[in-house]
Amino acid sequence: MSNGQNETGRREMTGAEMVVQALKDNGVKHLFGYPGGAVLPIYDEIFQQDDVEHILVRHEQGAGHAAEGYARSTGKAGVMLVTSGPGATNAVTPLQDALMDSIPLVCITGQVPTTLIGSDAFQECDTVGITRPCTKHNWLVKDVNELAKTLHEAFHVATTGRPGPVVVDIPKDVQFARGIYTPPQTAPRTSYHPQVQGDLDRIKEAVALLANAKRPIIYSGGGVINSGLEASQLLRELVELSGFPITSTLMGLGAYPASGKNWLGMLGMHGTYEANMAMHDCDVMLCIGARFDDRITGRLDAFSPGSKKIHIDIDPSSINKNVRVDIPIIGDVAHVLEDLVRLWRATVKADKKALYPWWEQIAKWRARDSLAFKTNDEVIMPQYAIERLYELTKHRDPYITTEVGQHQMWAAQHFHFEKPHHWMTSGGLGTMGYGLPAALGVQIAHPDALVIDIAGDASIQMCIQEMSAAVQFDAPIKIFILNNQYMGMVRQWQQLLHGNRLSHSYTEAMPDFVKLAEAYGAHGIRCDKPADLDDAINEMISVKKPVIFDCRVATLANCFPMIPSGKAHNEMLLPDEATDEAVANAIDAKGRELV
Amino acid sequence: MNAQLQATGSAYFISKETQRPEIHTLSVLVDNEPGVLARVIGLFSGRGYNIESLTVSETEHEKHLSRITIVTSGTPHVLEQIKHQLERIVPVHRVVDLAVRAAELGQDRPLERELALVKVAGTGDARVEALRLADAFRAKVIDANTEHFIFEITGKVSKIEQFIAIMKPLGLVEICRTGVAAMNRGPQGM
Repeated sequence: MSNGQNETGRREMTGAEMVVQALKDNGVKHLFGYPGGAVLPIYDEIFQQDDVEHILVRHEQGAGHAAEGYARSTGKAGVMLVTSGPGATNAVTPLQDALMDSIPLVCITGQVPTTLIGSDAFQECDTVGITRPCTKHNWLVKDVNELAKTLHEAFHVATTGRPGPVVVDIPKDVQFARGIYTPPQTAPRTSYHPQVQGDLDRIKEAVALLANAKRPIIYSGGGVINSGLEASQLLRELVELSGFPITSTLMGLGAYPASGKNWLGMLGMHGTYEANMAMHDCDVMLCIGARFDDRITGRLDAFSPGSKKIHIDIDPSSINKNVRVDIPIIGDVAHVLEDLVRLWRATVKADKKALYPWWEQIAKWRARDSLAFKTNDEVIMPQYAIERLYELTKHRDPYITTEVGQHQMWAAQHFHFEKPHHWMTSGGLGTMGYGLPAALGVQIAHPDALVIDIAGDASIQMCIQEMSAAVQFDAPIKIFILNNQYMGMVRQWQQLLHGNRLSHSYTEAMPDFVKLAEAYGAHGIRCDKPADLDDAINEMISVKKPVIFDCRVATLANCFPMIPSGKAHNEMLLPDEATDEAVANAIDAKGRELV
Repeated sequence: MNAQLQATGSAYFISKETQRPEIHTLSVLVDNEPGVLARVIGLFSGRGYNIESLTVSETEHEKHLSRITIVTSGTPHVLEQIKHQLERIVPVHRVVDLAVRAAELGQDRPLERELALVKVAGTGDARVEALRLADAFRAKVIDANTEHFIFEITGKVSKIEQFIAIMKPLGLVEICRTGVAAMNRGPQGM
């Protein structure tokens, strides 16, 4: 924007007014927050307007995860507002969570007045210092005339390139000070210019390599979701054109529909046998918007040993970080796929017959039925609960969030996702307590949708306080707890690694979740018989307010299949082979040191 | 992941990891704004990379640009990661691995110089010897009384190391070093 006279939008106002104005100008409709001394001027401005709705959470961590859920389900930035000191430190977990899962999250923090900074004032902390490693970028604004520009830049940085969390720390005196507000401008800073368009020569090379592949596989990730609906559409086109099998990371579920005929299921530590075996034995791997995380690769030196690898990612530091690739393509997934699909159409005569032997091999792996489990008439198997939940809700196109643990993996395995932006889970950081506030955020963004948090009995208690927020804001989220009385994944690892000594993984005093729901003014349901499950789930869906569903499941079920630590993709532990002895000996001394 | 642990035998191609750690000098052009140095240093400590030497100063006042010179060590794979990780930092404009650039330009090594202030106290023969050696090293005397000298010496790191080692038995009191300043030969900028 030029600095000439007579521009629209430039006017004098207080810093606090600027915050609200900048939110409006950046298209923000909702923000999640918790007031406190150092943000009172901003709250006073929020009080005096109706354009931006504030959702009052019960803990700042909840605000962050709610904003993450909001962002993940809409593709827009999530916004949180917290006070200085403990408000900011409580935001650290969701900031790191958003950093690892590439979620656009704008966090505005209050700070003690500039004159008090460094004096150990009440509720002072070094917010930019603490959040520097857990944000994409952060700012301390000491001059009110820099505030508007900084806020716009914050939205720009959070939402472009590889998305991520940002923090804008605003001292209280800056909120009161008057200055000139400037509206958003494009390209606000010269040092930041993510590469969006992929190198065409590299894409041509990739097409040539893919066209001649005998045993190809597409491995897609959260980057496809982040790149927008168009990216998912292009991915589907590419799969259709090429006839290639496709698998996805936890974060990428829904980009390709689970009902699609080329779908192999999720890959990785708790992925399907066919997906992992296909990754191991493929000759060409096309990685789209994923980052070769350790949960995906298993043992690195035995990861897909015979394949040529193509990697599309917007972040150059993701390329060759864990796994060396042959053709790196830096760029936004949608942009690169657009070129790739266009070139494929123009140059490749698809010979899908050439892939028959590969698909036959995959069919053999698939026949192992690695997600199979034994149902039981007496107790609800957790996998069965997810299956029924899926069958009874799929017509509602539900949004699913999860906490972290066994239930999360069962949800990923047995709930089938047809669309992007419908699956919100904490992948990189593995944050217990994510699911409930995330569900709140999703419900605020989609008030008429069915939003379900598939939870565990341990995780749910980490941010249970947000039930109160859900009730206050009429957000009819459904908390579906697979209650096995254990921190199931911790226990599973203790069985695998520590001689079945179950150190502190059993919750001896569990709250009565039905009464807890009622205490919050929500609706409680308990079910412990497989025969009653369908009716109970239907009741949950029909209730028009928040529900806590205490689904009592088999206490000792474990999550399989599994690639034990230190093992390769072709060394999976399958459910029918997972005897006590196999479990006890699955991981050797070296693997024990890994996480 | 710790960079040092990364370069083990995890080969994706059949051959083993044969890369050895190398010492490279990186030039990093950044916006001179609060916290920018902390971002760069935090990246190194947070990801387990080494810093052997670090020099920073504003070099283009009108654009508020600072140039950070970092001497670091790692396998070529790790050095490439360091470069990409630095480039992710929002106020970072450019990162140039001077050793890689030198190779591209067909040169042996980048130019690297360091300045040190070396205080030596003593009388008699030791004092005379210190002054004589300083002269041989082209170190300047910038402060002196009858009991001490402060030498200013500029040159390659190895020369400064050697000078300090020689001064040790001659009454070395304290040393201050600037760290390495570096650029590539030839007419091109970074």
